[in-house]
Amino acid sequence: MAHAETAASPAILDEVKPAVLARPDLVDHDRSFSWITEKICGIIEGKTPAWWWWCFGVACFVASFTVAGITYLVATGVGVWGHRNPVNWGWPIVNFVFWIGIGHAGTLISAILCLLRQKWRTSINRAAEAMTIFAVVCAGIFPVFHVGRVWYAWFLFPIPNSNYIWQNFRSPLEWDVFAVSTYGTVSVLFWYVGMIPDLATLRDRFQAAGNKTRSWLYGFFAMGWRGSSRHWSNYEMAYLILAGIATPLVLSVHTIVSFDFAVSLIPGWHTTIFPPYFVAGAIFSGFGMVLTLMLPLRAIYHLEDLITQYHIDCMCKITLATGTIVGYAYAMEFFIAWYSANPYEGFTFINRAFGPYAWAYWIMISCNVITPQFFWFKKVRENTTMVWVLSIFVNVGMWFERFVIICTSLTRDYLPSSWGNMSPTIVDIFTFFGTFGVFSVLFLLFIRFLPLMAMAEIKAVTPRADPHAGHDGHSAH
Amino acid sequence: MSNIFPKSANKLPLQIILYLVVLGGVVTAGATYYMTPKYTRVGYAPVQPVPYSHALHAGQLGIDCRYCHSNIEKSGVANLPTAQTCMNCHNQVKKDSPLLAVVRQSYETGEAVPWVKIHQTPDYVYFNHAIHVNRGVSCVECHGKINEMDVVAHAKPLSMGFCLDCHRDPASHVREKADIYNLDSPTIAEKSGFAAAHQFLTDRNIKPPQSCSGCHR
Repeated sequence: MAHAETAASPAILDEVKPAVLARPDLVDHDRSFSWITEKICGIIEGKTPAWWWWCFGVACFVASFTVAGITYLVATGVGVWGHRNPVNWGWPIVNFVFWIGIGHAGTLISAILCLLRQKWRTSINRAAEAMTIFAVVCAGIFPVFHVGRVWYAWFLFPIPNSNYIWQNFRSPLEWDVFAVSTYGTVSVLFWYVGMIPDLATLRDRFQAAGNKTRSWLYGFFAMGWRGSSRHWSNYEMAYLILAGIATPLVLSVHTIVSFDFAVSLIPGWHTTIFPPYFVAGAIFSGFGMVLTLMLPLRAIYHLEDLITQYHIDCMCKITLATGTIVGYAYAMEFFIAWYSANPYEGFTFINRAFGPYAWAYWIMISCNVITPQFFWFKKVRENTTMVWVLSIFVNVGMWFERFVIICTSLTRDYLPSSWGNMSPTIVDIFTFFGTFGVFSVLFLLFIRFLPLMAMAEIKAVTPRADPHAGHDGHSAH
Repeated sequence: MSNIFPKSANKLPLQIILYLVVLGGVVTAGATYYMTPKYTRVGYAPVQPVPYSHALHAGQLGIDCRYCHSNIEKSGVANLPTAQTCMNCHNQVKKDSPLLAVVRQSYETGEAVPWVKIHQTPDYVYFNHAIHVNRGVSCVECHGKINEMDVVAHAKPLSMGFCLDCHRDPASHVREKADIYNLDSPTIAEKSGFAAAHQFLTDRNIKPPQSCSGCHR
C-alpha cells in the first residue's frame, strides 16, 4: 500500500528547496570598516567646501523670505494671506500638509523598515530622519501662524486659564496638535539615539586630532558612550523600543491629518478612503524628497559604494508602489462619487477634473500617477539624473494634490451662493518659497556637522561583517 | 578618550528631572498667582480727580446707586453722573469745599469731570449693563461692596472665567428685584434656598448664554 502511494505521486518532493537568490551587497567594493569611518567622518572633518558656502548663502537668502513674510503677517494680520471666504484654509494648510507628508519617509525608513529588517535602510535612514525633523519644522510654521494671533497659539494646548478656554477634543484639528507634536518628539529622539555611537566616534577622532572644543561638543552629546557590550545592549533595546513607538506614528500622523478633511462634511473630503490614501501619498512624497536629497549628496561626496544602485532601486520601487496606490485612490474617489449617486459628490469630482482648477488637477495626475510609472523600467532606475528629475515631479505633484483637495472642495460646496475662488497673495507665495530655504539651511548644517550616515549600522551590514564571509563563496569579490 | 562627564554625572538625570519638576511647579504657581486677572486687575484703585467716597454717599447716607448712575436699568452702558447731579446737593452742602472745585468747574463749563475708568470690558466683548441688573444680578456681583469703599477699587477679576462662573451657575448669584441695589443683601439661594433660586430662574426664563457668540458677537 505504502509502496503504491509513493509510486502514484512521484512528482511530490520530500523537501522543497527554493532557489537561493543572491542578495545584493549593501556596500560595494568590499569596503573596510575604517574606509566607512574615514568616508563619513571625512565629510565633517574636512575643510568646508566652497559649494557648501554658496548653497548656505542662497538657502539663508531664501529662508529670509519666510522670516520677512511671517514678520509682515504678525505685524499686520492674517489678512495679508490669500485665504478668504469660502477658502479659509488656503495655502498655509496646503503647505502644512505638504511638509508634514514629506516627513513620513523618515519614520517609515527608520521604524518600519527597521522592524522588517530591511537592511538597506542603514545608508539612508540618518539623512531621511533629519529630513523628517526639518520638514516637521517647516510644516509647524503654517498652522501656528494660521491661527491668526500667534501669541495665543498656546490655546491649542489644554492649559487651565482664567478665560476658561478649553479645547474641543472632538475636533480632528486638536488631534492634529498632539499627533504632530508627538511625531516631532519621537522623530527627534529616534534620530538622536541612533546617532550616539557615531557622535562618540567623532569625539574620539577630534580628540586625537587635538580639537578640544569639537571633541567636547560631540562628547557631550555622545553622553559618555564607550562602546561597551552593556552600552550596545541598552542601545539596541532603546532603539528597538523607539522603533516600536514610531511605527504606529507613521500611520497615525497622516491619518489624523486626513481626518482634518474627512471628519468634515464637505463634498470631496468626507470619504473613508482618506486615511490610507493620505498615508500612501505621504510616503510617496517622502521618498520623492529622500531621492531629491540623497542623489546629489551621493554624487558630491562620492557615496556610490554606500548608496548603491540597489538602494536607489528599492527607493524607486517604494515610490512606484505608493504612487500607484495614490493613483488607485484617485480613481476610486471618482468611482465612489458615481456609485454613491450623491449629486454633490459627483459634481465635486467632475468639477475637479474639468472645473476652474482643472489645470491643477491634471498637474497632480501627471506628476503623481504617470511619473512613478517610469520606475517600472530598470533603465530609468539606473539613470540617476532621470530618477532625480522624476523625484522633483513627485514633490511638485504632491503639493498640487493638497492644493486640489483644499481649493476645489471649498470653492464649490453645496450652495452656489457660497461659491468663490481662491488665489494666493505675494505674501503666501514668499512665505512658502522661504520654507525651502529654512529646510535647506537646516539640512546643510546637518550634513556639515553631523554624520550623515549611520556608520556603526552600515558596518554591520557590510559583506565583511558577515561571519560566513569567504566561506560560502558568496562575497569573494 | 577624555572624561567629559565626571562620575557625579550619573546622578544628573535624576537631578534634571527633580529640577524640572520644581521649576515647573514654581512657574505654574507663579503664573497662576501673578499672571491672572485675580492679581493683575483686582485692587486697581486709581486716584480720581475728586475724592468722592462711595462709603459716605452710598453707605452712610444710603443714596441709591440709581440716583447718580441713573440709566443703568435702561442702557446697555452704565453712565456716570453729570456735575448737575452732584450740584443738586452740593450747591447747598459743602458748597465752598476746595475738594469740589473740579465739580463746580465742570458745572460751569460743561466739560465732564475727568474720572478714571476702573471697570473696563474689552472691545470684543458685548456686555449689556441693563440686562444684568434687570434680571437679578446685583451690582455687588461684579463691583464688590462699593458701599464700603472710600476709594473705588477693582474688586472682582472680571476675567472670562469670572463671567462664566455666573453664566454656568446663575442660581447661586441671582437676587430679588428689591435687593439688586442693596449691596449687603443675600442672594435668593442664601435667603430661601436653591429651589427658590431655580424657580426664580424658571419663572423669568433666565438662561445666560454660554456659547462664544453670546458675548463675542
